[in-house]
Amino acid sequence: MVMEIVCPAGTPAALRAAVKAGAHTIYCGFADETNARNFPGLNFDRAEMREGVAFAHSHGTKVLIAINTFPRAGDEAIWHRAVSDAESCGADAVILADIGLLDYAARNHPGLRRHLSVQAAAANADVINFYADAFGVKRVVLPRVLSVPEIAAINAETEVETEVFVFGGLCVMAEGRCSLSSYATGLSPNMNGVCSPASHVEYHDDDGVLDARLGGYTIHRVEAKDSAPYPTLCKGCFSTGDKTGHLFEDAVSLNAEQLIPQLQKAGVIALKIEGRQRSRSYVAQVVRNFRAAVDALEAGKPMPEGMLARLSEGQAMTTGAYKKTWR
Amino acid sequence: MTQSPLQIPRFPAVLAYPLRAMPLVPLSLSLTAYSRKIAKSHPGLFRRLGEYGHTKFVLDPTDLPFVICLHPNGGVPRVIVTRGPGEGTARIAGPLAALLGLVHGAFDGDALFFSRDLVVEGDTAAALALRNAVDDAELDLSREVSDLTGPMAPPVQRMFVFLERHTGVSLTRPEEAGAW
Repeated sequence: MVMEIVCPAGTPAALRAAVKAGAHTIYCGFADETNARNFPGLNFDRAEMREGVAFAHSHGTKVLIAINTFPRAGDEAIWHRAVSDAESCGADAVILADIGLLDYAARNHPGLRRHLSVQAAAANADVINFYADAFGVKRVVLPRVLSVPEIAAINAETEVETEVFVFGGLCVMAEGRCSLSSYATGLSPNMNGVCSPASHVEYHDDDGVLDARLGGYTIHRVEAKDSAPYPTLCKGCFSTGDKTGHLFEDAVSLNAEQLIPQLQKAGVIALKIEGRQRSRSYVAQVVRNFRAAVDALEAGKPMPEGMLARLSEGQAMTTGAYKKTWR
Repeated sequence: MTQSPLQIPRFPAVLAYPLRAMPLVPLSLSLTAYSRKIAKSHPGLFRRLGEYGHTKFVLDPTDLPFVICLHPNGGVPRVIVTRGPGEGTARIAGPLAALLGLVHGAFDGDALFFSRDLVVEGDTAAALALRNAVDDAELDLSREVSDLTGPMAPPVQRMFVFLERHTGVSLTRPEEAGAW
């Protein structure tokens, strides 16, 4: 069976581009705080979502709707409405993280397929099986902290489908629990759908030296000849004593394209591309690349060499935790 | 680790120099009329700007001797071309070819930012909203121009395609691949 390419779409135009480029499945979100990419100018209103789902279905492509932030106490109705609207828009599944919202969806929308978001940080078979038993979760998006053998071990102990990130931004934190963005700005991907919200980001270009600040904190300063990273604390470059370096993680993107055969052997069903905040140009290029890769795998041909470095943060790539050498 | 910088053509300095003497008022009026035509044919673009629909943007083609100040003005845009730094709360700067490529969906905005071909200053959220709104609008600026020429539209469009092929500058919206 061909591995499923799950592709991001931040706008209706990106959704159409992904469908035309060969995505098997699209994931996207409503234009509000219910999804973890709640950026200015991004996402879908209800009418756009309905049209987008219809367009995708007419081309044989599935649509998953991410409702993967954690509802604010007292305002649960916003998230409940999003689940209901996802079903009425014709979504093939919802991607949820919050245990209360999973329970709500299972009770009130039992026919709507439920996937577990990476924001739930479910990283072992016991917790994945709990989500399956308690809320009927059919698929889990695994955190980007597992090696390929660890993924294989999980798949050996669960019937739940596994989906893994293969390209894009590399979050190395316990997703859904990371408070770095909250610490600097008061806003987080978990509650507000924004990691390093643009409203708190300032850039200053001084003779080519780019100074990036988040919530008033200097995150990094890069010389004219160097590529620029995102202004996230986890990729920040800090000075302590006489040393300067990346405290948590280098500014690199994930690219596990060459590991696709190993991921398939490990029992992975779907390959996820990060980047709902990216353009339709990115979406089309990355989807075409990965669709060619899984088709080559299916045909027994070698993995094609990709040309995706220039689309990557820091213009550099890594296989991340999939090929851990440091543990 | 690999590096693969984007190849962004620069506007030739020899052609940019005479533009210093170009009268800017007619250019501003023309661009205002042009942007209002786009606003009419792509109302979703201004709707997607949301709370930034009244933000003033400075678009700075760094290889040209002027900047473009865009005021979306709630869907009735105004454009002022000026030789100074321009007035606005968000500034997006880069070679003209990078800005045009961004509009046409030939380039990815984040990739241009990573490669330092694009600089954002001021209100980052407003700049992001504009970028996302423009990306979703699927604009074809040459088509918008050629449409104004009535029966001459086909040859004018062919001229843009010819120029694009010979300069490497994205002047039209790239054809998307057909369904897989």
